[in-house]
Amino acid sequence: MVCESWKAKLDTYVDGELPEAELRTFDAHVRSCPSCSADALTRVQMKRAIHAAGKRFTPSAEFRKRMQRSIAPTPRRSFRLGWMLAAAAAVILVVGTLTSAYLGTRSGRELAYRDQVFSEIADLHVATLASSSPVDVISTDRHTVKPWFQGKIPFAFNLPELQNSEFSLLGGRMTYLDQTPGAHLIYDVRKHHISVLVFQERSLPVSLDKNSLSPKKLPFNMETWSQGGLRYFVIGDASAADIDRLAKLFKAAS
Amino acid sequence: MFYHVDVSAADLQPDSFEELAMPLFDQLYNFAHWLTQNREEAEDLVQETYAKALKGFSSFRLGTNFRAWMYRILRNTFLTSRTGLKATMTVPLDPEEDGPELAVEYDTPETIVFERANRELLQSAIDELPVNFREILLLCEVEEMSYQEIAEMLSIPIGTVMSRLSRARKTLSGRLRPQLQGRAGTAAIAKGTNHGL
Repeated sequence: MVCESWKAKLDTYVDGELPEAELRTFDAHVRSCPSCSADALTRVQMKRAIHAAGKRFTPSAEFRKRMQRSIAPTPRRSFRLGWMLAAAAAVILVVGTLTSAYLGTRSGRELAYRDQVFSEIADLHVATLASSSPVDVISTDRHTVKPWFQGKIPFAFNLPELQNSEFSLLGGRMTYLDQTPGAHLIYDVRKHHISVLVFQERSLPVSLDKNSLSPKKLPFNMETWSQGGLRYFVIGDASAADIDRLAKLFKAAS
Repeated sequence: MFYHVDVSAADLQPDSFEELAMPLFDQLYNFAHWLTQNREEAEDLVQETYAKALKGFSSFRLGTNFRAWMYRILRNTFLTSRTGLKATMTVPLDPEEDGPELAVEYDTPETIVFERANRELLQSAIDELPVNFREILLLCEVEEMSYQEIAEMLSIPIGTVMSRLSRARKTLSGRLRPQLQGRAGTAAIAKGTNHGL
């Protein structure tokens, strides 16, 4: 068979592993040989089918949270600094006594505010979906939705391209968090609705310092991060993986 | 979409592990579930992998591929587990493993790629492959690893990667064909187009 030697390398060819020197010759042959061309096409289609079928299992949200907790960095102290810390502890004890009441109140306030922000975000998500008109601009086109916010909110942001993704844009509306104007977008993934809320970071009274902070005790999956001076929240009852995927699309678009 | 995660010295901060490892969580879990074929065992395997990786993170070699490192830990952990030992014991001996790549006739049934319903059939066929074929196929097609990455991960030469991959594909194709033909026959009967009857 004249094609025997070519066919032996077809797998390497479709895997993109042929050396550069051979690739051009191989390309030319495949284009001119109907048998090798059909064979290569079948292999590519099979690769795609296995690729799609292989993405089969998704970890549960509960397992993801458990794993995140187990690998989260814990504060570590250097042994060499131990004595300095011990000495400092005495000073801190004195100063701390004087300031603990104030600091305690302050950090307590910040934590309480964070919880309140997350609760409010969850409320905004639920209230919007329960509304008879959840979105004020109804469009699946990001080039329609983005300009709609012009002049309504004091910042601009990018919406991700959703082609070849499972997500679809349903529309958007203006929203407020602690008297701060922001954008509220609604996305759909396999009949689950996901809210994406965007605010100016500096307008929020307290810094939600950590990116990808995972709030606890929320009935939804949620991701939040800060990027380009904006604070993003992605929340919904979709799986944590879906929330994460949509968050990544936004991160890549910004 | 896959990407390399090469880590430089500046990246190795105490909280780097979480930042590097969590984006791999979904794909590592998927791979673990394919290997163990059981949700609980997959969770245990991923958990143990992350625990080992976290513990050994300080000794992680700078400039190397973090993703491949994580996969290697997961696979080694699997191989020493009860399920892993059992699975590898049932792998048939293949004297031609290191031989030249096969010039196989690769008459894969084209219908597999067009019918969405066949996805489950394909998944069961992959499930039934011996673990060494299953893992190499998934690493190449799902994780989109290069031959070099696979060779490093499985600690085998690139030639063996190519021949094992070729055999895995051939075996998969061979197992799919009769099932798809059976299904096509049933469909033809249902449509009344099987004129042989």
